[in-house]
Amino acid sequence: MSSLGAPPRGARPLVAPAPAETPASVLSGVRTLLYKEVLRFWKVSFQTVAAPVLTAVLYLLIFGHVLEGRVTVFGSVGYTSFLIPGLVMMSVLQNAFANSSSSLIQSKITGNLVFLLVTPLSHWAWFLAYVGASLVRGVVVGAGVMLVTVWFAPLHLAAPGWILLFTVAGAVLMGALGLIAGLWAEKFDQIAAFQNFLIMPMTFLSGVFYSIQSLPPFWQAVSHLNPFFYMIDGFRHGFFGVSDVSPWTSLAVVGCSLVVVCSLCLMLLRRGYKIRH
Amino acid sequence: MYAVEVIDVARRFGPVQALAGIDLAVGEGEFFGLLGPNGAGKTTLISILAGLTRADRGSARILGHDVIADFRAARRNLGVVPQELVFDPFFSVREALRIQGGYFGVYNNDAWIDELLANLGLADKANANMRQLSGGMKRRVLVAQALVHRPPVIVLDEPTAGVDVELRQTLWQFIARLNKEGHTVLLTTHYLEEAEALCNRIAMLKQGRVVALDRTSALLAGTASTMLRFKLDRPLPTQLLAQSRVTGRIVQITAHDAREVESILATLHAAACEPEDLEIGRADLEDVFLEIMQAEMPQRIPAAQVAH
Repeated sequence: MSSLGAPPRGARPLVAPAPAETPASVLSGVRTLLYKEVLRFWKVSFQTVAAPVLTAVLYLLIFGHVLEGRVTVFGSVGYTSFLIPGLVMMSVLQNAFANSSSSLIQSKITGNLVFLLVTPLSHWAWFLAYVGASLVRGVVVGAGVMLVTVWFAPLHLAAPGWILLFTVAGAVLMGALGLIAGLWAEKFDQIAAFQNFLIMPMTFLSGVFYSIQSLPPFWQAVSHLNPFFYMIDGFRHGFFGVSDVSPWTSLAVVGCSLVVVCSLCLMLLRRGYKIRH
Repeated sequence: MYAVEVIDVARRFGPVQALAGIDLAVGEGEFFGLLGPNGAGKTTLISILAGLTRADRGSARILGHDVIADFRAARRNLGVVPQELVFDPFFSVREALRIQGGYFGVYNNDAWIDELLANLGLADKANANMRQLSGGMKRRVLVAQALVHRPPVIVLDEPTAGVDVELRQTLWQFIARLNKEGHTVLLTTHYLEEAEALCNRIAMLKQGRVVALDRTSALLAGTASTMLRFKLDRPLPTQLLAQSRVTGRIVQITAHDAREVESILATLHAAACEPEDLEIGRADLEDVFLEIMQAEMPQRIPAAQVAH
């Protein structure tokens, strides 16, 4: 034994080591984090669900009132009918982004992210749970907007498969983007800047409120560079069976964006970017 | 196998060398104290064990599991009570504990949660929202959260900083019980009397290095073992200042033997100082701590001596 003292051994009974990880324990971890993230927004649903539904309804009332009867799209579709799917998808996208980004930045700033950092959850578990909760919030708000606005104009469901596909792809993409923003940001105003200077302009200029066919050729070309345009356009195709571009093109663009954003997000989570120092 | 094993761990934050090559081994079932002044690197070391911070070099293992390569198994065996008083304002105490357990794959464990709540004096707060709790109560919840998955290795980073006597008593009773049942406990604290009373071994850190590592009893025996304590209304003679600790009117002077005690008293007498309530006693851990911290920086203690 050295003069520094060696640890004594075997003097007392010892607690057994933690049982090895099983698929069930991993699944429980992901499910718990997903549940916590959903519960988090549900507990303040007045702000996280009711408020965005109200905002969308106000857009519908104002723009619908001004433009209904003056504008028709895709030949015979009335303006209010055209606007509703756009508003639904915009709400899905914005709320999916808001959920993961605001949850992560709050946990980082208040310091309670430590509860998660000390767990055995892998970067995949973080990704699935945060993005899953974003998807739930996006779908809940989107369904809320749909439920309230559907009474204002006739709507068809020409191809519900496209609706479902673009809802999920769009919400997952925005949930992952929100995670990236939450990881990167160190202050609330950086998230707000991300939201106000990137997400808002790109959603507003994506054809939520107008068909890009009505734009001059230059701005049409610019709109084609905006991935949000494809999310909205593909989603809308599910309702009317017609759209500005083929839904397959939209799917390809959204799919590629999804792969890029999710890969980046997983890479940052794996590295512990700005959360493990 | 050690409960905690740290081999040559170093970490730099910009210009600050927080850890300059640390070697430590904590045996299973030990109650181990990690002491040092602010900025000595205690929290950085704990953060590396918990996976919150990464080491620039070296490695760390919890019950043989590397904290990076095998982080899942390492973290399943580790419960960490962080130093910062953090909480999730969205949830009640019980919700927070259920959620924390769920992350580790532990669920349907309300019996253990109830036991934790009862032992930490939180039974009547189970359904209170975290925001409604006082600072001391939040601190208790932090302890419960670290223990909810029943980790064999428990790390407490200054758990009693700024908490009242009652909580300190409750907490130490409970942690001592867990240690008796076979949990390994690694503790950092500023209250040296706590470390002296609880820890069977102690490491002292200074500027990112281990400067002392021994059984608590050996640390207390191996240093200036006599301490003069008295009260004094006049300034201390300058020749005594270097070896004294002055807190208000209370003066404590270390002495190595009876002759040195006599010489100190003679110096006081010559300076016309009249000590009140004079007592001669054993040095406590605080004296040992100060003596070690005031000593010149020793060479790094080599790994071979520490681990075996």
